[in-house]
Formats: sequence, C-alpha cells, structure tokens
Amino acid sequence: MIEFQNVHKTYRVAGRDIPALHPTNLSVEDGQVFGLIGHSGAGKSTLLRLINRLEAPSGGKIIVDGEDVTAFNANHLRRFRQQVGMIFQHFNLLASKTVADNVALPLTLAGELSRKEIDARVSELLARVGLSEHAKKYPAQLSGGQKQRVGIARALATKPKILLCDEATSALDPQTTASVLQLLAEINRELKLTIVLITHEMDVIRRVCDRVAVMDAGKIVEEGPVADVFLHPQHPTTKRFVQEDEQIDENEQRDDFAHVPGRIVRLTFQGDSTYAPLLGTVARETGVDYSILAGRIDRIKDTPYGQLTLAVTGGDMEAAFARFTAADVHMEVLR
Amino acid sequence: MDALSFFANVDWAEIWLATIDTMIMLFGSLLFTVLLGLPLGVLLFLCGPRQLFEQKGVYALLSFVVNVLRSLPFIILLIVMIPFTVLITGTSLGVAGAIPPLVVGATPFFARLVETALREVDRGIIEATQSMGATTRQIIMNALLPEARPGIFAAITVTAITLVSYTAMAGVVGAGGLGDLAIRFGYQRFQTDVMVVTVVLLLILVQVLQSVGDKLVVHFSRK
Repeated sequence: MIEFQNVHKTYRVAGRDIPALHPTNLSVEDGQVFGLIGHSGAGKSTLLRLINRLEAPSGGKIIVDGEDVTAFNANHLRRFRQQVGMIFQHFNLLASKTVADNVALPLTLAGELSRKEIDARVSELLARVGLSEHAKKYPAQLSGGQKQRVGIARALATKPKILLCDEATSALDPQTTASVLQLLAEINRELKLTIVLITHEMDVIRRVCDRVAVMDAGKIVEEGPVADVFLHPQHPTTKRFVQEDEQIDENEQRDDFAHVPGRIVRLTFQGDSTYAPLLGTVARETGVDYSILAGRIDRIKDTPYGQLTLAVTGGDMEAAFARFTAADVHMEVLR
Repeated sequence: MDALSFFANVDWAEIWLATIDTMIMLFGSLLFTVLLGLPLGVLLFLCGPRQLFEQKGVYALLSFVVNVLRSLPFIILLIVMIPFTVLITGTSLGVAGAIPPLVVGATPFFARLVETALREVDRGIIEATQSMGATTRQIIMNALLPEARPGIFAAITVTAITLVSYTAMAGVVGAGGLGDLAIRFGYQRFQTDVMVVTVVLLLILVQVLQSVGDKLVVHFSRK
C-alpha cells in the first residue's frame, strides 16, 4: 500500500516559492490500478515522482508497505527503487544499447544475478511483451509501441511490486495506446502489481484504472472509483475531462435540445442493468413516449455502462421517473 | 622540369623520421589528453548548472582554469611550460619535451567538448537510470558515457586534428616532426619541395583522422 500523509512539495524558482503540490493525503491499495489525471502543470508528475523519491517532498510522509520512504538513506533508497518500476512518455531507452541490454540494465545495476540468470530473465521478459525476435535490435529500429513494450519489460526486470507510469501512452497513436494499456492491465492482473499512472486522457483512466484522482493546480479535487467519478463528475475540471473524452460540447448540446418538446433526462446504467430492457417496459406501463437525443454504451475497465439522454413526452411522466429511479439506474433531470 | 625532378632533392629518410616523430607526438599526447580530459569533462558536467552534483563554486573554478588554458596561445604555452616539462620528462627538448605542453594545451579543449557531449544526453535517460536505483557512478559508467559515445568520438577526432597543428608548432622547442621540417627546410631554406611534401603528408593525416573518426561516430550512433 502506498500512503501519502500531508505530503507537499514547493519549488524555489528565482527566490520565490512555487507550490507544486499542496498538502495531500492519498492511499493506493495493493494490486490497484490508480490513475491520476490532470492538465500539464497540475502537479501529477510531481506526485508520481515523490513515490520513488525522484523528487524529495518538502514535508509530510510517504509510507510504502509500512516503511517511510522519506526517511530512507541513500543506500536504502536505491534498494527501494529496485522494487519500483517506472515507464516514461518518451520511453527513455538507451540508444547505445540493444533491446536485450536495455532490459538487462536494471539487473546489471542491481548486481545480484549472474550473466546467465540475467539472460534467462531477459528472454522471459521479452517473450512476455511479445518482442523476442527484436532482442538484438537497437531502439531506433523500433516503433513507438515497441519501444514502450521494451520500457515495460525493463521496468518489470527486477520483479517490482509497484509500477509507475509517467504519461506512458501520450506519445502513441490510439491503436498502439490500446495495446499498451491492454498489456498493463494483463500485468496488473497476472503479477498482482500495483500500478500508479498519470495521464491527461480520461480514456486511459476509463480503460485500465480502478480508482482515479483528478488534479488541478497542485491539489486533488476529486477522488474515487472510476465509475463514480466518470459517470457522476462533481468538480468542473472532472466534468471537462469527461466531456473531452465523450467529445460533447455542453453549450452546443443545449442549443440542439432547445426545440425538443417534453422533459429531458439523463439515465446512467451500470453493470447488469445496462442490458435490461428498461426503456420499453417503462414506456408501455406508463404510456410515455421517448426519443433518444444522445447516448453511449461502453465499458469502464470490465464494467459495462450506458448513458442515455432522453426527451420524454406524454403519459404519466412522474410514474415513469419513479420507475427509473426505482430500477438500478441513476436519473438526472436536465430540463 | 617534370614532377619527379622537382622532388629530386628531398631527403626522404628525413621525411620518414619526421613523420614518425609527428605520429608519436600526436598519439602520445592524444592518449594522455583523453585520459585526463575525459574525467575532467565528466566533472565539469556533473558540477554544472542543474546537474547531478551541482556545485557552483567548483564549476566556476574549473571553468575558469579551463578558459585560461584555452585562451593561452599554444606557442606561449610551449615556452611557459618549459620548467614543468623538464620536471616530468627530464627534458624540454624533442618529442618527449613536446608531449606535456601538447597535453596541457589540448586537455581543457577536449574536456569542454566532453562536457558538451554529455549535456546532449537526454535527461530522461538519467532519470530512468536513477529510477532503477543506480548509484551516481553507475549512472556515469552505464548510461551517460555509453549514450555520449558518438559525441565523445567526435570530440576525440576534433582534438586529434587540433593536435596535428599544435605538433607543427612544437618545432619551436626542437620537437621535430613534419611541421618543424616544413619551417626549417621549406621556409628558412626556401626548399619549396620539402614544404609541398610535408603539407601533403599533414593533409593526408588530417583526412585519415577525420574519416576514421566519422566512421566511429556513425558506428556508435546506432541509428
């Protein structure tokens, strides 16, 4: 478990103190995929680097598996870092070393295994990320997605308990992003690895994370299970991220719906209720009519969800709303 | 007068000896320049602004010494160095007497080039290596130097070529070599033929150094 207790970080730039992270409390459970989302400069990168102390906190305690990371001496910190893998937006592979040597680097640095054991571990890791036939190539000969796979294999070399992902998919195209995220999800499942990732794309959070924290101006402004935060965003920053992901412009939508008659409601289905034939049943029983104005049916990690915006006319409208609320559906009246 | 008779008076044995002297001075001083300049360059880099061991005072001092040595004309350095040269080689004359001033003249230059080559290494590489739990020594040996290798080979090439022109000046202290031959015979005795031969040989030497250097840079760039 990773725990932040009143952790804050201030940079001193040209004689002035610039707060990068306001006092923050946070806990990440073992085996969780924890997402931090925020725009650039929101402090998410600082927060991530505090975990393996690439950044030193200005105050507060960071407890990992019961040990206070902030109290480690240099030696202890090095051993701790070997237990925390990290991958990067620009991969940060050594151009002068082959794929196999890049993956072997953390093991060579740790100096605990023989050359033979390292070779065996490297081939196992390269097979894991599907790059066995590229072992002798140099990073410049690989595509972006392949480079990130090398980065992942390298980060896993020392069998860490925690994996930190610094905008790991931001430099990749959508298709490659999907395959890298899938690999991260597999690793999380199979190796029971705790993953902390930072991103500015809600889509990344939606695909792989269990919990999410939304950051704005050095503060966590909203935190919770991804489904809750994603489907019922509270803070303006969160709402903006969700809208960006769904490519919805609220003003445009309001104008579009202006001439639509009746009441407008938004229904959110989650889990099994997503596939229940609720709309038809309610319409028949209460005599209301509905038209679907907007909608989306998708998945949040492994949970299906649906979100429909309806215009409801005629019949017993109050009864219909009561039925929706009674069912396992979240209803929001927009007009 | 055909081409061959133009070179009829050239003493080829003398040319041969001078070429050997130039080679010894060049590679002897290059070896010591790299041995001393590489650690100095690494130190400059590490102490520099926003680097691993940022040390404003140390950096300013090293930087100042390097700048002073670099701004001194080599011909002056040759003379200023004489007592020191005698102290370490026992003589201020000949090839042995030329190597210490050559090394002192080229090392600061080479160290600056090494510093620049190291700065070219992406900071992300250092961060990634740190995140693996590397010691500073490991970061230098396993990440910084391998990544900067193309730049360091380019720096060695430029330094070697600079040393070729420095060896020519070393004739002042009786060091011998091709440059010395060109001055004594070609210039002072008006033997244009010797001048042409030495200049052509120096030209070939520089060409060979540059193309070998370029090949090494390309080889280690891994692009």
